[in-house]
Amino acid sequence: MNKTVNQKAWFLVLPVLILVAFSAVIPLMTVVNYSVQDTFGQNEFFWAGLIWFEDMLASDRMWDALGRQLMFSGIILAIQAPLGIFVALNMPKSGIWSSVCLVLMSLPLLIPWNVVGTIWQIFGRADIGLLGYTLDALGINYNYTQDTLDAWVTLIVMDVWHWTSLVALLAFAGLKSIPDAYYQAAKIDQASRWKVFRYIELPKMTGVLTIAILLRFMDSFKIYTEPFVVTGGGPGNSTTLLSIDLVKMALGQFDLGPAAAFSIMYFLVILLVSWVFYTVMTNLDKQEG
Amino acid sequence: MAKITLDNLAHSYLPNPASEADFALKELNHDWEDGAAYALLGSSGCGKSTLLNIISGLLQPSQGRILFDGEDVTHAPTTERNIAQVFQFPVVYDTMTVQDNLAFPLRNRGRDEGYVAQRVQDIAHMIGMEGVLRRKAQGLTADAKQKISLGRGMVREDVNALLFDEPLTVIDPHMKWELRTQLKTLHRDFGHTMIYVTHDQTEALTFADKVVVMYDGRVVQIGTPEELFERPEHTFVGYFIGSPGMNVIPAQVQGNRAVVNGSDIPLGQAYRPPEGKVEIGVRPEYARLSQTEGLPVQVRRVEDVGRHKIIRADFFGQDINIIAGEDDHVSADMNRVTFDADHVNVYANDWRVQGEAA
Repeated sequence: MNKTVNQKAWFLVLPVLILVAFSAVIPLMTVVNYSVQDTFGQNEFFWAGLIWFEDMLASDRMWDALGRQLMFSGIILAIQAPLGIFVALNMPKSGIWSSVCLVLMSLPLLIPWNVVGTIWQIFGRADIGLLGYTLDALGINYNYTQDTLDAWVTLIVMDVWHWTSLVALLAFAGLKSIPDAYYQAAKIDQASRWKVFRYIELPKMTGVLTIAILLRFMDSFKIYTEPFVVTGGGPGNSTTLLSIDLVKMALGQFDLGPAAAFSIMYFLVILLVSWVFYTVMTNLDKQEG
Repeated sequence: MAKITLDNLAHSYLPNPASEADFALKELNHDWEDGAAYALLGSSGCGKSTLLNIISGLLQPSQGRILFDGEDVTHAPTTERNIAQVFQFPVVYDTMTVQDNLAFPLRNRGRDEGYVAQRVQDIAHMIGMEGVLRRKAQGLTADAKQKISLGRGMVREDVNALLFDEPLTVIDPHMKWELRTQLKTLHRDFGHTMIYVTHDQTEALTFADKVVVMYDGRVVQIGTPEELFERPEHTFVGYFIGSPGMNVIPAQVQGNRAVVNGSDIPLGQAYRPPEGKVEIGVRPEYARLSQTEGLPVQVRRVEDVGRHKIIRADFFGQDINIIAGEDDHVSADMNRVTFDADHVNVYANDWRVQGEAA
C-alpha cells in the first residue's frame, strides 16, 4: 500500500511557531545579538565578541546586585515558607470561617504590584503614612528613604504581606487533602502535636510546598516594581536589586551591550537555581519513597 | 484489658437532635466482656463505625456514659483510654521505615528501645514483613500498608481493647484468611478484648465469639453465630445472615398455625395472635421441595453452587429461596414446599415473637 505523502500538515504547526517566535525566540535572540555588539548610536553596530560578558563578570556592580538579590530572596523565603505553613495550620478547616479566611488571604494576591508599592510607600512615610507616623511618634527613628536597614525591612515586610498568602493557600490545600483517619490513627498512637506535623502533615505538604517555594523564589528573584516604587533602589544602591540595576543600565544609561549580557546571565542564574531547587526537592521526595 | 460498659449511650451528628431518626446511634446499653472477641456486623451506615469511634474516644457521645472496668471514661481523651484501633483504609507514616512505623506507638509511650526492637520483630514476624523492615513505607502496596496498620494496632501488649474497623477491606482474599486466623491466634494467646467491625458475615462469624448485629443505628441482636442463625431476633438479622437470607413471608398466626393465602403452615410453638405487621421467617435450609405435601410453589431457577443447590421459587407471588442437598433431585413436578415447623419463626413488626410450648 502506498502512503500518500502530504506535507501540508506542517501548516497546522505554523501559528504556534509564529506565536512562539514573536513572543520568545525573537526577543531573546535580539538580546543575544545586542550582547555581542557595541553601538555608538545611529543604529550602527560593531562586533564586540564576548567582551561585555567579561566586563560584566568583572564588574563589582553586578556582583553586588546579585548579592543583594540572593539575600532578598533568601530572607523572604526563610520568612514566608514557615509563616505560610503556620498560617495554614491555624486556619479553620471547614465552615464559613474557612471561606472568610480564604477570601481575606487572597486579597493581597489580587493587588497589582505597583499598587502594593504605592500603598507601602505612603504607609511608611513619616509625614502622612500611618506606619511611619506611628513609629515616629513612638520615638523610633524610621526612615526608609535614608536608612538602609529601614529600607530593607520595609521591602521585606511588604513582600511578606503580599505573598505569604500564596504559600499559606497552597499549604492549606495540601493539609485539606489529608484524610481524617490519619489524625485519628495518630491519636490512637499517642503521637504528639509535633509528631503529627512532622510525620503526617509535612510529608503530605511536600508536593505543594515545592511548588510554592519554587514560585516564590522565581518571583522574588525577578522582583522589580515594588522596590522601584518604594525605594527606587536607594538609599544609595542599597536596595538596587538585579532587575532595578538592569533597567538602570539598559534604559537609563542606554548601555545596550552590557545590559544584554547582564540579562542573559540573569536569566541563566534563575534557570540554574530553579533547576537545583527542583532537583533537590524531587529527590528528597524520592528518597522518602 | 478491661470490661467496657455502654450506659444509655446514644449519638447524633446533629447539634440538636429532635427525633429518634436524628440519631446515628440509638440508645444502647451493653457490656463488652473482658477478653471476648466481638464482631460488629451490619450494612454500611448503620452506626458501626460511630460506635467504635465512641469507644476509642475519637468521638464524644451526645448522651450516656462509657465505663472501662467501672471507671467513667466518657470524656477521657483517646490517649488515656489506651486503646488500639485499626482503620478501614491503611494509615502509614510515609516518611518512616516499616520498622519505625511499627515502633511508633511504643516510642510515643516512652518504652525502652530494647523492648521496642523485640516487639517490632515479633509483630513483623506475625504479619510476614520481616524482609522489608528497613524500607520506607511509602510505595508499598495497599495491602502491605494495611498489614503495617494492623501491626501498629497489635504492637502494644497492654491495651484495654483492640478495635478493628473493617480492616481487611483492601486486602486480597488469600491474605484476608491468613490475617484473620492470626488475629484469632493473637486473641487466644493474649486475651485482649477485641471488637471487629465488618459488613461481611463470614468474617464476623469466623472471627467472633459473639456477633453484634446492628441495623439503622440500633443493636438488633447479640448472640453466638448459632443463635443468629437459628433464632434471628429481627427480620434484618434473618435476611443479613445466611446465604441466601431467611425467607420472610406475610402471614396470619393463630395458635400453632400460620395462614398464608388461606393455606395452613404448622408452627413448632403456639402464639397468641400478634399485633401489627405479622410475618413468618424460614431459613432456606429448613424449606424442602416436595411432589406431594405442602403449599404450592413455582420453581423458577435452580442454582448449583457446589455444596448445595439454591432453588429460586415463586410462592404466592413472592420470591422464596429453598436449599436442597447437592445430591437431591429436583424434578419438574416438584411444585410444593414444606417448612420444618420447629424452625419457623414468627415476627411482629419485624421483631421475633416468643411462642409458648404447643
